[in-house]
Amino acid sequence: MKAKKQAASIAANAGAWLITAISLVPFLLILLNSFKDSLGASEMNLKLPGLPLQLTNFLVVVEKGKLLTSFFNSCIYSVASVFLCTVFASMASYVFSRNRSKINRILYLYMVLGITMPVNYVALTKVMMLFHLNNSRLGIVLLYTAMQLPFSIFLIHGFVAKLPVELDEAAVIDGCSPMRLFVSVILPLLKPAIATVVVLTFLNTWNEFVSPLYFLSSSTKWPMTLSVYNFFGMYFKDWNLVCADIFLTSLPVILVYLLGQKYIVSGMTAGAVKG
Amino acid sequence: MNKNKIYPMWFAVLALLIYSVLFVLPGLIGIGYSFTDWSSYSNQLHFVGLENFKTVFSADENYLKIIKNTLVFTLGTTIIKNILGLALAVLLTKSIRLLNFHRGVMFLPSVLSTLILGMIFTSILNPSSGLLNTFLREIGLGGLAKPWLTSPHYAFKSVMAVDIWRGTGYIMTILIAGILSISQDYYEACSIDGASSWQKFRFITLPLLLPTLATTTVLNVIYGLKVFDMIYALTNGGPGKATTEVLYTAVFKKFGTGQYAIGTALSSVMFVFMVVIGFFMIRMMTKDEVQE
Repeated sequence: MKAKKQAASIAANAGAWLITAISLVPFLLILLNSFKDSLGASEMNLKLPGLPLQLTNFLVVVEKGKLLTSFFNSCIYSVASVFLCTVFASMASYVFSRNRSKINRILYLYMVLGITMPVNYVALTKVMMLFHLNNSRLGIVLLYTAMQLPFSIFLIHGFVAKLPVELDEAAVIDGCSPMRLFVSVILPLLKPAIATVVVLTFLNTWNEFVSPLYFLSSSTKWPMTLSVYNFFGMYFKDWNLVCADIFLTSLPVILVYLLGQKYIVSGMTAGAVKG
Repeated sequence: MNKNKIYPMWFAVLALLIYSVLFVLPGLIGIGYSFTDWSSYSNQLHFVGLENFKTVFSADENYLKIIKNTLVFTLGTTIIKNILGLALAVLLTKSIRLLNFHRGVMFLPSVLSTLILGMIFTSILNPSSGLLNTFLREIGLGGLAKPWLTSPHYAFKSVMAVDIWRGTGYIMTILIAGILSISQDYYEACSIDGASSWQKFRFITLPLLLPTLATTTVLNVIYGLKVFDMIYALTNGGPGKATTEVLYTAVFKKFGTGQYAIGTALSSVMFVFMVVIGFFMIRMMTKDEVQE
């Protein structure tokens, strides 16, 4: 019996390692090949890079791929839309959750419907042109904000519902204005939900590729996803450079993942599990 | 207390405005434009009735195949990701060493840009020098080495396989949270009654996990219908005629060639379809929320 259990345990551990290896291979591939020379990377295998490590790959990529500009763009797009989305979403979901009048309930459902709704990019060009948002950084920021609002509102709404209403009542009796009540009483208590929204919105906007593809024609405004894809098209024979580019583009996302794993998992599983 | 005063409506105005203008409005005017001959060739718009929808649903064109591709992709990946995700979730809720490491790594593909993953897999699946085929040849299974992305016979399955690789960790993570929320009492009671591990899975885990599985299914369906980045990077709809073309890649192509009316008609078909799915999904997701 004991031997059987041990065998099962070994099998389970081995299985877990196998799947982990399969999940990890593409990442190792990028990491290893970004340190090779062009010839060594042309086979894109998992052999260790020969010495000396080709650190110049990264310099070449930064220069030829105009990574500094696109890194700067990605930062603007992500930071600005994370900020706008968090502020607007927390204000809106607070009101929707606290004052459940019929109209507010309908408005909440209307917002949350955006989680499934697809964006009609073709018709969106008309709207963007109307407001002069085509090929503009502001346009992309507002578009990202709009796309991230539904899920953010869904997340914060559920969280606000768990805060006791007595808090609000006490604050109002003490003479708190609505704005002060929200900023000084509610907002500090929403920190965990807001952290989740910040991390998820950052990841989604950093990885976003479709909107810039449709709406940013000038390459100086491109975010990293678009410039890495463009670089891939030009240098598809130099996998060492492509890997170095991918490595640098993915680094922020992986760092955020390592630091904010708790918030990502709780956010992505929100609504899925009723505990 | 006057709730409208304490919780003023203007708090919600900015969110509603941005969302309505940049998200809902394009969807709605898009439906309007799909009854016209809007294109980049002419500045004039003419009402053409159901002409665009006739084109989309006509058997002579490729669009039905594109819709079918999208549905097959969605159903196939959803089912397989759920099954694999469930198996992994069960495995990673057992006493395994370095549990959090395994969970963390398996979730990793879900945080990276799907576009970049697609780019990496064009190399891995390269017929001559790709890692997969090289590996197969080295272990003596060279016969299994196929032109994964360049042959119409395998391309669609390869694209689905890459997406399954990418998405299973996410499903697994949700299901792990679901399994961990099941009370241990059930399992203890079952052990006392002498149930096997299979019976525990079959009669406790699975039934209590059904609501979570329903959610993962819906999430997958939403993702699958909207898939773009992955296919754009891997095959861009090819090889050959629309072998792996899905709705969003087709819409982008119509946008590129200036056939806006057809593009927006395709988008509108999807819009209506997904709003209907959305209603069910939101009812499911909000039904248990705390009510005052």
